[in-house]
Amino acid sequence: MFADYTWTELGSIFAMQGFAGLILFSVFVLMALGLAIIFGQMGVINMAHGEFMILGAYVTYLCSNFVQAYIPSLFGIYFFFAMALAFVAAGALGALVEWALIRHLYKRPLDTLLATWGLSLILQQAYRSIFGAREVGVSLPNWLLGSVPLTDIIEIPINGIFVMVLTLVIAIGVYFLLFRSRMGMQTRAVVQNRVMAGAVGINTEKVDRNTFALGCGIAGIAGSAFTMIGSTGPTAGQLYIVDTFLIVVFGGAASLLGTIASSFAISQAQSTMEFFLSGSMAKVLTLLTVVGILMLRPEGLFSLKMRR
Amino acid sequence: MRRLKDLIENRLSRRSVLTGTAAAAMLATAGAFAPSLAQDVNTTGLAVTDDTVTVGILHSVTGTMAISETGSVQAEKLAIEQINAMGGVLGRKIEYIQEDGASDWPTFAEKAKKLLVNDKVAAVFGCWTSASRKAVLPVFEQYNGMLYYPTFYEGLEQSPNVIYTGQEATQQIIAGIDWVAKEKGAKSFYLLGSDYIWPRTSNKIARKHIEKLGLKVVGEEYYPLGHTQFNSVINKIKLKKPDVIYAIVVGGSNVAFYKQLKAAGIDMTKEKPVLLTISVTEDEIRGIGGENIEGAYAAMKYFQSLDNENNKEFVKAFKEMWGDDIVIGDVTQAAYLGPWLWKAAVEKAGSFDIDKVRLASPGIELTTAPEGYVRIHENHHLWSKTRIGLAKTDGQYDLVYETEELMEPDPFPEGYQ
Repeated sequence: MFADYTWTELGSIFAMQGFAGLILFSVFVLMALGLAIIFGQMGVINMAHGEFMILGAYVTYLCSNFVQAYIPSLFGIYFFFAMALAFVAAGALGALVEWALIRHLYKRPLDTLLATWGLSLILQQAYRSIFGAREVGVSLPNWLLGSVPLTDIIEIPINGIFVMVLTLVIAIGVYFLLFRSRMGMQTRAVVQNRVMAGAVGINTEKVDRNTFALGCGIAGIAGSAFTMIGSTGPTAGQLYIVDTFLIVVFGGAASLLGTIASSFAISQAQSTMEFFLSGSMAKVLTLLTVVGILMLRPEGLFSLKMRR
Repeated sequence: MRRLKDLIENRLSRRSVLTGTAAAAMLATAGAFAPSLAQDVNTTGLAVTDDTVTVGILHSVTGTMAISETGSVQAEKLAIEQINAMGGVLGRKIEYIQEDGASDWPTFAEKAKKLLVNDKVAAVFGCWTSASRKAVLPVFEQYNGMLYYPTFYEGLEQSPNVIYTGQEATQQIIAGIDWVAKEKGAKSFYLLGSDYIWPRTSNKIARKHIEKLGLKVVGEEYYPLGHTQFNSVINKIKLKKPDVIYAIVVGGSNVAFYKQLKAAGIDMTKEKPVLLTISVTEDEIRGIGGENIEGAYAAMKYFQSLDNENNKEFVKAFKEMWGDDIVIGDVTQAAYLGPWLWKAAVEKAGSFDIDKVRLASPGIELTTAPEGYVRIHENHHLWSKTRIGLAKTDGQYDLVYETEELMEPDPFPEGYQ
């Protein structure tokens, strides 16, 4: 298997594959963070997570068209505005959905599966009616395209670095929001014991709405970032939903750290196997491994120990 | 009791048949100006009257495949409108019933049955993926319908009830590989595709042909449909340094693949590697973005930029009907051919009867096709030229080569399986 390559080439293989794995890791974390909050913390099985991501992508698309047409001088940095807007738009829709749909279902978590699946179909058809069935192309500023050459063989894609930095920033942000802020404390209190939290004066309805909106908003940012590496179309959200749930469940639904650990494990396994086997085989093996581990540890990699 | 009921029903139905015939006879006298009587050109009970004929359009306008199939629907409606403006088929205006396959193969079969059995349509223009075609095929064969199928596909099929207006695999592949070997001096190929029948069969043919030419395949790889992370395979390509990346990636994966290829520093505008694809039409480039695929080559039979009178008129009419910002890809043009080929066959046969249309079909030629000249082969596929286009940033292809002769369709290529 390695006989065809020289030592320097082998070194480069590992460097590049390591980096490809890291990019995949960041993509997975970004994809899964929003769901980890909604599914992990609130117990809502949000099948429309992918559609919230695609909302972010469409917002980015609209921004790029708007900026190109009216203020082309700002095109170089529009992506940051677009991400902020994507967060706001997806978060606002999330809050609306929580108010109209989800809050009636907290006592029936399994029904959220059906309700949000229906929601995802509605959103898909809405995108199709508004933006057309065809995929749209999002133009990116030049500095986000291309790559940084390190050696002859090793080249690092700039958008990969961008996604990694973004993921880091958002992960840290979520950590502080959930574990170091008042809102986070209230959120965790509501998750652990809704009745008691209400009894000590926490407005549980407001906390629920904010938490759900936050998760959707992060999905929006992820969707916005993924316009750099993937497609933007009415059904593109479906491409992400399976992987996203896989990561959250594998990591242990209630643990954010678990989400990160499982992203890391799955991405590294997948990208290493993709290199040595074919793409489809790698996927099969990854899924088999995950299924195997979940059979041994149904609660996922990390589980919170708490009294029920 | 039972008998009595049967008797009444029988009499009733006989009576209605009688009145029906009488009405038809009256209509026939009234319609003395019609070029031919409905019962003469339609002996099998299709939905043909003295001044109309009904056909079906069966594509997905909802679901994942709507992305691709929308163009085909638009092209077929344009062709039907133009034919009607010219006086229709055998003096009859074409009316269409459109059904939505909803990107779901059993739905395609069900709707096909509805069109053939309930609506008695004289022809169906439709399907896009091979899976949807395979799903409706038994229906068309059982109820003897006629399907005009527009997509380039893997071959290995030939049904008396289907006319394939797109290219089958060998037409697209062989010309493309010959060209890249000769013009670009390519010696080594990396084959890549989405994991389903069309890319796999196509790459099988490509590999056989590459090896026949004495050249080398350095890698062959498939990714699940909808895969969005191609960094690993891009690394492999970088290591193997093939002269040609032969890519048959489809759907949303396409966008991810080309964006990541560009981000990884593989510059297709440079001498090597050459990227040759058979799956990216102008339609797909809209999603990928011209700047991400600039410099790639595509081997197919039609590009919107083709410089001939037929095509100029076609593009103009298409934009008038569907808007200025529309793009037209290979399959859209092939879908446009369907109604015209059907019209020519019906007029040659002098009848709408499926069996007569089928017998009349081989040898039908179209000199007004946007791609130039096409002719129906005995095997129900089209003789057509294969062309190579170079992708530009504006999302269009520049024609760089076309075969001198029409390529013969060969759905069961010997020595390639």
